[in-house]
Amino acid sequence: MKIRLDHVVKTFDTFRAVRDVSLEIGSGELVALLGPSGSGKTTILRMVAGLEYSDAGTIHFGEQDATAIPVRDRGVGFVFQHYALFPHMTVAENVAFGMKVSKVKRGRAEIDRRVGELLDLVRLSGLGGRFPTQISGGQRQRVALARALAVDPKVLLLDEPFGALDANVRRELRRWLREIHEALGITTLFVTHDQEEALDLADRIVILNEGRIVQQGTPEQVCRSPNSAFVTQFLGDANRLEASIRDGRARIAGGEIAAPGVTDGRAEVFVRPSDLDWSDTGGIPATVTRVIDRPENRRILARLGDGTSLELDVPPETAVRSQDIGFVRIRRANVFPLS
Amino acid sequence: MSTPPSRRKPPRVGDGPLIRRSLIGFVLVVGALLVLSPLLVIFVQAFSAGTAAFKAVILHPDTLHAIGLTVATALIAVPVNTAFGIAAAWAITKFDFPGRRLLLVVIEIPFSISPIVAGVAYLFVYGLQGLFGPALQAADVKILFALPGIVLASMFVTAPFVARELIPLMQAQGRDLEEAATSLGASGWRTFFSVTLPNIRWALLYGVVLCNARVMGEFGAVSVVSGNIRGQTNTLPLHVELLYHDYQTAGAFAAASTLTLLAIVTIIAKVLLERQGAGRSGRPALAAPAPAQGSKP
Repeated sequence: MKIRLDHVVKTFDTFRAVRDVSLEIGSGELVALLGPSGSGKTTILRMVAGLEYSDAGTIHFGEQDATAIPVRDRGVGFVFQHYALFPHMTVAENVAFGMKVSKVKRGRAEIDRRVGELLDLVRLSGLGGRFPTQISGGQRQRVALARALAVDPKVLLLDEPFGALDANVRRELRRWLREIHEALGITTLFVTHDQEEALDLADRIVILNEGRIVQQGTPEQVCRSPNSAFVTQFLGDANRLEASIRDGRARIAGGEIAAPGVTDGRAEVFVRPSDLDWSDTGGIPATVTRVIDRPENRRILARLGDGTSLELDVPPETAVRSQDIGFVRIRRANVFPLS
Repeated sequence: MSTPPSRRKPPRVGDGPLIRRSLIGFVLVVGALLVLSPLLVIFVQAFSAGTAAFKAVILHPDTLHAIGLTVATALIAVPVNTAFGIAAAWAITKFDFPGRRLLLVVIEIPFSISPIVAGVAYLFVYGLQGLFGPALQAADVKILFALPGIVLASMFVTAPFVARELIPLMQAQGRDLEEAATSLGASGWRTFFSVTLPNIRWALLYGVVLCNARVMGEFGAVSVVSGNIRGQTNTLPLHVELLYHDYQTAGAFAAASTLTLLAIVTIIAKVLLERQGAGRSGRPALAAPAPAQGSKP
């Protein structure tokens, strides 16, 4: 089911949560709404679900205008951030709930069979008799998904689906959710503030800030060509350097790099720590202030001649110590003119 | 200052033996003196004139009538206030509307107003010289000095009980469960009965028990509106007072003992409810460490 949002606006009292958002999600697509807190991503998700109504604009499901259809009839599966499992029902009863209250009447045997299938799908067979308090967070998350899938939703909506889980469980569940999505092919929209999660899971990422879409595209597009300083910084660690542009070259304290197509004047240059090299010979002179060791690399905190701090990731075997003097080379950078 | 290292566990902050013993002792003595001993006196005094006298008072038509009236009042007032309490708690915790805070305050008014004030207010509204008095008399509807007045006054006094138990719990639970149920296709009624009600049931029953105890024991408001007509509009608390003023001390205590008995039954019901709420293995009452239902003092 294709979803289309046209100029959607939502205001809470005086807070403009969503300002004129237009968005299309293709049938079977897995899309992430990514943004910092307060960027309006959850509000958009809740409007698609029908849990909030938009102040202006329309939401279409396929060719049907769904803007005024109540949540009950909208045919969406919604997975809540804190799962919202019914605490007084067993796992199996939770999963069966949607089928029991459905207008489509199903027999007991049929419901039981379907619950069994869904619990298999989320790898929880055998836990049907437990109560939500008796299973782990990751398992609760999967029950919530099974419960949402039980009503055969046209659209699956997930609000910070892995927000409350620890890092390892989160990674595992991400891969697993991707597998389920590929197996079922349900149009899926999920909200996250974790860029790693969005990049890991989504076909397409919609980046939001202050109630507006600032960029959307495949993970490759948003990673390789971020269109603004905000997107660059939000997607990952980035060093910010002041520069002045002349004739397609950016001059930075103690060096310069190519900046094709950037208009002359002041600009800011963003460089990821992994796009910086440390060398003993040539580049921008810098002093090491600290070295942080990590499983996959070493991170050097350095200071340039003009006092600018830089962070760079180097291979773990690099011999470097605090107070060493060396040179930084910029391999790749994003340059945005300062207006 | 430093005590020599002892093998005993060091006491926690504020857990010195002196403080602990004196605090526990103080509470026990005051509890026994203020709460327990009067209760004992009631039963001792009730039987002071012998079992036969006790029986005579209890089986006296006026006493029986008072018991009946009290139970009838509870049977009407408690269900109505339960429905009101659920509706009010639902409205306050699940909806946003202007005047929400005001409603919260209004619900609490009976807690802070002396019941006798409520009784007098009812006199002014429904009494002969009151607002609706003449109209009611013309229509031959008796509210004051009859069961409706007693029920109304009791309801006023106990209006907050159920709502006050439910509001904090429902606030803590938020709207997620209801939203989840609705998104799965459940209707409003279905959501209420299958999702909301099971999660508030122990708090609800606790509120009902408290409400019932107060309805049966209410004196001030009822005494103003009932008119104290022996054998007609005398509830049990009023009957106790009447006997006492008639210098029938043993009788008063006998009647009081039945009221106390009703209260004790209520308390036992409450304790049983709490047991069930907390201890029903396999059926955890709540996922979140929500305010322990019904385990307030």
